[in-house]
Amino acid sequence: MWEAIRENKTNSVILLMVLAVVLAGLGAVIGLYFAGASSIDGLFFGIAIAMVIWIIMLLTSFFGGEQILLRTAGAREVQHSEAPQLFNIVEEMQIASGLSALPKVYIIDTPEPNAFAVGRSPERAAVAVTSGLMAKLNRDELQGVVAHEVGHIVNRDTLFMTIVGVTVGAVVIISDMFLRGLWYSSRSRRNLSRDNGKMGAIIMVVSILAAILAPLLAQIMYFACSRKREYLADASAAKFTRYPEGLASALQKISGYQGDNVETSRTHAPMYIVNPLAAKGKTGGLFSTHPSVEDRIRILRGMGGDASFAQYEEAYKSLHPGEKMIDNRTLVESEPTETREASAESTKASEKKKWRDVQNILQQGEGYGMLMCMCGLNMKVPRNFEDETIECPKCGRENRVPAEFLAAAAALEQSKTIHQ
Amino acid sequence: MGTIILLALIVLVAAIVVAAYNGLVRKRNQVENAWSQIDVQLKRRHDLIPNLVETAKGYMKHERDTFEEITKARNLAMQANGVAENAKAEGQLNEALSRFFLVVENYPDLKANENFLLLQEELTSTENKVGFARQFYNDQVLTLNNAIEQFPSNIIAGMFNFSKAEYFELETLEERDVPQVEF
Repeated sequence: MWEAIRENKTNSVILLMVLAVVLAGLGAVIGLYFAGASSIDGLFFGIAIAMVIWIIMLLTSFFGGEQILLRTAGAREVQHSEAPQLFNIVEEMQIASGLSALPKVYIIDTPEPNAFAVGRSPERAAVAVTSGLMAKLNRDELQGVVAHEVGHIVNRDTLFMTIVGVTVGAVVIISDMFLRGLWYSSRSRRNLSRDNGKMGAIIMVVSILAAILAPLLAQIMYFACSRKREYLADASAAKFTRYPEGLASALQKISGYQGDNVETSRTHAPMYIVNPLAAKGKTGGLFSTHPSVEDRIRILRGMGGDASFAQYEEAYKSLHPGEKMIDNRTLVESEPTETREASAESTKASEKKKWRDVQNILQQGEGYGMLMCMCGLNMKVPRNFEDETIECPKCGRENRVPAEFLAAAAALEQSKTIHQ
Repeated sequence: MGTIILLALIVLVAAIVVAAYNGLVRKRNQVENAWSQIDVQLKRRHDLIPNLVETAKGYMKHERDTFEEITKARNLAMQANGVAENAKAEGQLNEALSRFFLVVENYPDLKANENFLLLQEELTSTENKVGFARQFYNDQVLTLNNAIEQFPSNIIAGMFNFSKAEYFELETLEERDVPQVEF
């Protein structure tokens, strides 16, 4: 079953090596351009600069990339007590996938429904969902989305896509710096190339071409790899949940809301379950990070009553004749997996109530605690609430304010005196 | 020369025996480990039910039979020993719970109770977790049972009394006969 991981690894290593060569070549050509055609030092200097930039970017993303990505996306970590359903679903998917550690759970406060996963290893992995996602999806759909993200973690996409993404980023940055530098210092460079004669002119043309083409090439490769991984994560999600319809219906809802109000940065865009920057209904071209949502939904819905990898491959092939998605060894080991029934949500919470719930979760991080009365009323209590009991406005019961609230209030008080 | 070959053969056989034995022990441990995952969830479910009954009682004054059925099924499930007995008892508990949630549909006030909703979510999730852990457990049982039946590990299994593990199969409502509704 986990052969998909191994194949991912080989593909990623090959892709990474090709990208490294592209990067080094770019550095070499630029070095030659600045130092003159005959200078071998310039060639090595260019390669060295490119490599240094690359390694610094790699190290940064390796040791703290998760936190950078989560912070810049505005994600906040939640515990079971704050977001029980989301947390439960992540736990369920950990059991279903056999993942060695429970991913951390984050919520992003934005109305657009979306989700992503980060983490170079399962131990450092995190799943982040937006508040819009929690409000708009039902339990089965949310489970499908979480399963897709856990699929990315299990298949190690979060690790390799980070590394590959960073490398592509390095290519883009170096090309950009070079082309800008060229623009501002065009006169002096022109003199230089004239001095070197014909050879200099050739180097100049080659280096400018390289600087324009290298990022395009790198991005096309990166996106091709990314699209394949989206399909694989969908297949994993179907297998984990044994309910492909959950993810299919979630994708439909998510794609319906995209593009209205784009706040996502380009760095985050490829990580999300549905690319928030992609125009609605646009089919996957060379420059898209994700396959078209319609295509993904049609494959998931074409799986029938079997949630196995083999069945996903079958459904994929019926839409893409002659193409392969999942490797042979995974398919040989794949056993038929009967799909399950839709989970019965006896109380279908309205979207309005779900919005209120998710707002409550977010407010708990901002100095409010939730206190639930026996009569079922939720009370929002400020952390620095001073009395020991609080009267329920609905049934009049006296509720004890938990000690942790008082402790938090005391801590707040203390920090104030320290600041004075 | 002959003794060397004999010695080599003995070493080879010993290596195969050790490897087969260790393999069986590992597989048995995996089965036990997988079972403990299910067990944790079942215990959690048993802990949740009294809270659920307590919360619902205030709203559902005339449904004493439903509550009694759940409590009885829970107590039976808690006393169950072994995989098969557990599976049977949990199946009955499932039935009692699904009947209870059907009755709940008639009590809108209860359905709006945050405490009740929370307990319902926890019960749904433990049920899902049992389902997913069950799949993993049954996979491990299949691996162990195959090793116990297949040559040459079946000889070692016989020598050291390895016994086959039982599958954990919950009976669901659909798999049973449709219950008779009496008016």
